[in-house]
Amino acid sequence: MTETTTNSGSALETKLEPTAGFSIKAFFRSPAAGAFMGFVAVFVLFSIFGYDRNFLSVPGMTTWMNFASIIGMIAIPVGFLMIAGELDISTGAVVPASTMTVAIVSQHYEMPVMVGIAAALAVGALIGFINGFIVTRTRVPSFIVTLATLFAVAGITLYLSIFFINNTNSFYHAPDWAKSLFGGKVFGFNSSVFWWLGMIAGFIFFLHYSPKGSWVFALGGDQESARNAGIPVRKMKIGLFMLCSTSAAFAGVLQVITFNSATSQANFGLIFNTIISVVVGGVLLTGGFGTVMGIVFGVLTLSIVTQAIGFTQIDRNLSFLIIGVMLLIAVLLNDTFRQLATSWSTAKKK
Amino acid sequence: MSDVKPVLELRNVDKSFGPIDVLHDISLKVGAGEVLCLLGDNGAGKSTLIKLMSGVYQPTRGDIMMDGEKITFISPRDAQERGIATVHQFGGTYPLMSIGRNFFMGAEPTKGVWPLKVFDRKTANRIAVEEVQKMGITRITDGDRLVGGLSGGERQSLAIARAVYFGARVLILDEPTAALGVKQAAHVLRIVNQAKRRGLAVIFITHQVMHAMAVGDHFAVLIRGAVAADFHKGEKTREQIADLMAGGESMAELEANIEGYMETHGGQPPPPAH
Repeated sequence: MTETTTNSGSALETKLEPTAGFSIKAFFRSPAAGAFMGFVAVFVLFSIFGYDRNFLSVPGMTTWMNFASIIGMIAIPVGFLMIAGELDISTGAVVPASTMTVAIVSQHYEMPVMVGIAAALAVGALIGFINGFIVTRTRVPSFIVTLATLFAVAGITLYLSIFFINNTNSFYHAPDWAKSLFGGKVFGFNSSVFWWLGMIAGFIFFLHYSPKGSWVFALGGDQESARNAGIPVRKMKIGLFMLCSTSAAFAGVLQVITFNSATSQANFGLIFNTIISVVVGGVLLTGGFGTVMGIVFGVLTLSIVTQAIGFTQIDRNLSFLIIGVMLLIAVLLNDTFRQLATSWSTAKKK
Repeated sequence: MSDVKPVLELRNVDKSFGPIDVLHDISLKVGAGEVLCLLGDNGAGKSTLIKLMSGVYQPTRGDIMMDGEKITFISPRDAQERGIATVHQFGGTYPLMSIGRNFFMGAEPTKGVWPLKVFDRKTANRIAVEEVQKMGITRITDGDRLVGGLSGGERQSLAIARAVYFGARVLILDEPTAALGVKQAAHVLRIVNQAKRRGLAVIFITHQVMHAMAVGDHFAVLIRGAVAADFHKGEKTREQIADLMAGGESMAELEANIEGYMETHGGQPPPPAH
């Protein structure tokens, strides 16, 4: 694993350096380069070891794609926050809060499904607003603020679940049209995969093409300068926190409609998965750098390693080891790519 | 003093944070095409003064005037819209962003119609490169390059070019040469001169006397929150200014001496002591 990634990286670079076309050079300067190469390395490796165990079959693909779609729609806005210099770990409590909201509103109180979904999204937006409000009005680091809301929301979810339905778990059967829209299957791919693809397009547009996209980078690059340049720093940050929590709530909605069940247990694994995806995806921990496609590749890589390892001959107990090593390599590689990006001027001059 | 109305003027401005007085009785003015150098050691209150002029803080007492009219900057954005541009030591740029995006940060050109309005990268890059080249930086030819790959002087130039392009009338430069080598600093000083020639009022904050003397028309020395000396080009030597900045204790006495000398010698400053 280690060997593959590092070797392919340096070999490609030296080979391409003298004759490289513009697009290839541009690709290597992009923060997504490391993530993409990691993804290819893992995919090839798993295809080899999983060829006779159906890694490349439809069930193999859908296993990790379905997982990736849920992680991914949360990881991208988490990545936006990291680019803006903030962290959000409260998502692990927002997802169960959202699933329970749908179940309580639409199952227990028999409201229409859209009311349940709207309520869940509103809960997400509210949590995001609280996160953003506290982060922008105080000097408390967002890690601590969202750690606090993580536990607070998890606690409220448990308490209110017992209060309303006297149970920490619940179920919900959506009407057919909602089931096929939010929780259906196409060739084994959950609806969430298609929602995720749509969201990727929206997120790419927002971050890389819309004029406000550069504001996100400016927040993480140099907040003081951003404020001086007239960027509404507080509004932007609160908006990003709300986007993140609302996306997490939407992921919860898709989950409850897909699996017909809701739980109030906080999902701590999700927090790690989103942050690992973002970092493997080439987003700079200190902010100011990153791409949506990088995060997408980070999510896909993580999903393959954790979910599809059962379709290969690799011992599934090794998946955490692989993720740990991958995380380190990703951070090291990203440093190299970042240097390539900033030293471009001198290289071009010579 | 010139007869033209100063573009920006502070009249008896005080600033205190709770019980702590940071600035007292500051009176300064700067006119179009003029460079005012603010000299002062660390902790003299330079940054607070900058923040007053750029709308981050409001004065506790006293007035800020623009073109002879009293105004209040309610926010940095407000100050900016009135034509006050502040360029900080590290250029106020984002190292991991392209030149084009840096140049238009907060005022992005767009094309297309809502909701598909996109950042017009080509236009942004073209204008950014043109404007920076006007400042004499011909090495920058590609607006897609990341600012992190530019030298400190080039970053300053980019920030100054940006301010000029967006119609700044007052340019506040906060220690633009502090982190630069000799050559780079010389470059920035040339750009300051260029901004001055274009009719901008420049406020140049520094603690390097040589740099100040190279471009300044008017000098003010700040010591412990007060203007300890206020003089024009050629009225003091480099050594005197350095002494002024360093010798906070003997300040009042020294000033009295100089004033006394000037009164008895028909407004002439005393000859250099060394």
